[in-house]
Amino acid sequence: MNRTTGGRPVTPPKTVAPRPARRRGPRRHTRRDLAVLCVLLGLPVLLDLALVWGPTLASVALSFTTWDGVGDIRWAGLGNYADLFADYPRFWPAVRNNLLWLAALGLLATPFGLLLAVLIDRGVRFSRFYQSTLYMPVVLSLAVVGFIAQLILSRDQGALNALLGRQDNPVDWLGDPDLNIWMVLLAACWRHTGYVMILYLAGLKSVDPELKEAAAIDGANERQAFFRVVLPALRPVNVIVGVITVIEALRAFDIVYAVNKGRNGLELLSVLVTDNIIGEASRIGFGSAIAVVLLLVSLGFIITYLVQELRGEQRR
Amino acid sequence: MTVSAVRVRRPPRPGGPPGRRGRFGVHAFLLAVSLAFLAPLLLAVYASLRPYEETARDGYFSLPDRLSFDYYRQAFTDSGMGRHFLNSLLITVPGVLITLFLASFTAFAVARLRLRGSLVLLMVFTAGNLLPQQVIVTPLYALFNKVPLPYWMSDSLTLYDSLWAVLAVQVAFQLGFCVFVLANFMRTLPPEILEAAIVDGAGVWTRYRHVTLPLCRPALAALGTLQFTWMYNDFLWGLVFLSTGDKLPVTSALNNLRGQFFTDHNLLAAGSVLVALPTIVVFLLLQRHFIAGLTLGANKG
Repeated sequence: MNRTTGGRPVTPPKTVAPRPARRRGPRRHTRRDLAVLCVLLGLPVLLDLALVWGPTLASVALSFTTWDGVGDIRWAGLGNYADLFADYPRFWPAVRNNLLWLAALGLLATPFGLLLAVLIDRGVRFSRFYQSTLYMPVVLSLAVVGFIAQLILSRDQGALNALLGRQDNPVDWLGDPDLNIWMVLLAACWRHTGYVMILYLAGLKSVDPELKEAAAIDGANERQAFFRVVLPALRPVNVIVGVITVIEALRAFDIVYAVNKGRNGLELLSVLVTDNIIGEASRIGFGSAIAVVLLLVSLGFIITYLVQELRGEQRR
Repeated sequence: MTVSAVRVRRPPRPGGPPGRRGRFGVHAFLLAVSLAFLAPLLLAVYASLRPYEETARDGYFSLPDRLSFDYYRQAFTDSGMGRHFLNSLLITVPGVLITLFLASFTAFAVARLRLRGSLVLLMVFTAGNLLPQQVIVTPLYALFNKVPLPYWMSDSLTLYDSLWAVLAVQVAFQLGFCVFVLANFMRTLPPEILEAAIVDGAGVWTRYRHVTLPLCRPALAALGTLQFTWMYNDFLWGLVFLSTGDKLPVTSALNNLRGQFFTDHNLLAAGSVLVALPTIVVFLLLQRHFIAGLTLGANKG
């Protein structure tokens, strides 16, 4: 192994030099171990890089081109972005709707889910029933939720118009572009509430009851104890709920697509991306620019979250 | 408004025995919310059992003349839901198994082997799962169109328009979440067990397969049930990577029940109930695992 070339002294191969062990204990991995590691660690890493991170970077690159999916890829600089912000009539409504989605999930569904979790956690009877019922919508696909929404909200035979006695003068809940986004948001909140509730329910179970007792002894009323003691103790759950809420708001797609393919008042960034890529237009460069906008917003939250995680890691 | 209603009826003292009135208020509130949450589902089931003419004439809130499973039969035969259910099964079952296998090994390597850069690895997977799906759609679409497959694997001769494409994306995308959750779980296992195995001369595979994995059974069960619903419920991947209608998974195929000019809402209701049925049944049977799955990741720290 130790071949010399031209009489020059050869620096010993790196593997020979004993590396200071980073940790006492296990001997180095055997060849078989390395093979197992290479295959079973390599495969998922490869999959993740090839099908998630690679495409993400490619999307960023494509957003600077005018590619139609077939012809040559031509560089367009910031052209797509300029078009997007200035000339694409569906863009700003979509941004607005995504923000509304975020506000609805974050300001309505999340506190409501927390309230339900707190009530159920106080040990009422039938809590299992309540818990299952409230969580049930979460296991439905958003597409199914979209169709059920139509059943209730459609103009002519919808249940809501019947309930309100408005068959003669029906409200077009899903067709009216000023109205439909609110209806769809209601359906989205229906699902999100149960999701948030379960997360908080688990979090509440893990809060040390002594904390609450101590707060009570110190003279805190129930409300103070909750906001000053319990909620701060739930910080890891709060972080998860926050991230899930933001990501769900940005990813929202299925409901509006099931209702009317995301047109006529139900525009969302995710729908615009899909339309530009698989629609008739096939403006892939342009669609990618929209995707990158979505990505940048998400990344802000992802990075915040990862920093939190990292801090937790160091404390461990 | 509901918040203040509840607050008024709250038991007077924290920690003390809650008063009867407080209990009653909480129950009334929870029951009302629960019924409101169930109502849309119950309405869908009811509508699916009645002929459309009947509800068109009398509205949804009327007593039925006739209840039947006709719409379910129709949804199954006319739109070939059976075929689509099979597609979903072909994607979901291998998808869950492969994801759990690869993710559990990755998590094992990250959490239990003390390899260099394992934290970076964990971050790469976790963050990958949080990316919006639409960001990766375009390049994947182009990529899948370029990857050739032999005829026996895909009649489109490419990865595009084959169930393999959907399966691959599902696995890749869900890996992130599973690695994150399983790594967190494995960190809670006592390190002594692993050290004992090392002293006994167990290799990496043995330490993974025979020492760590059996201890992870609760986490795997929880994740498995959760992943089942997520993969089954997925709508986008099927829509984007499959162009042949026959290959669509059942969630994406629901759209087929919608007529071009006339939509029979009761038929749609039957289709929705059919599509929702597997996840609801699985949820009710495996409730404990479901909830554990969601909270395994959330409950750490």
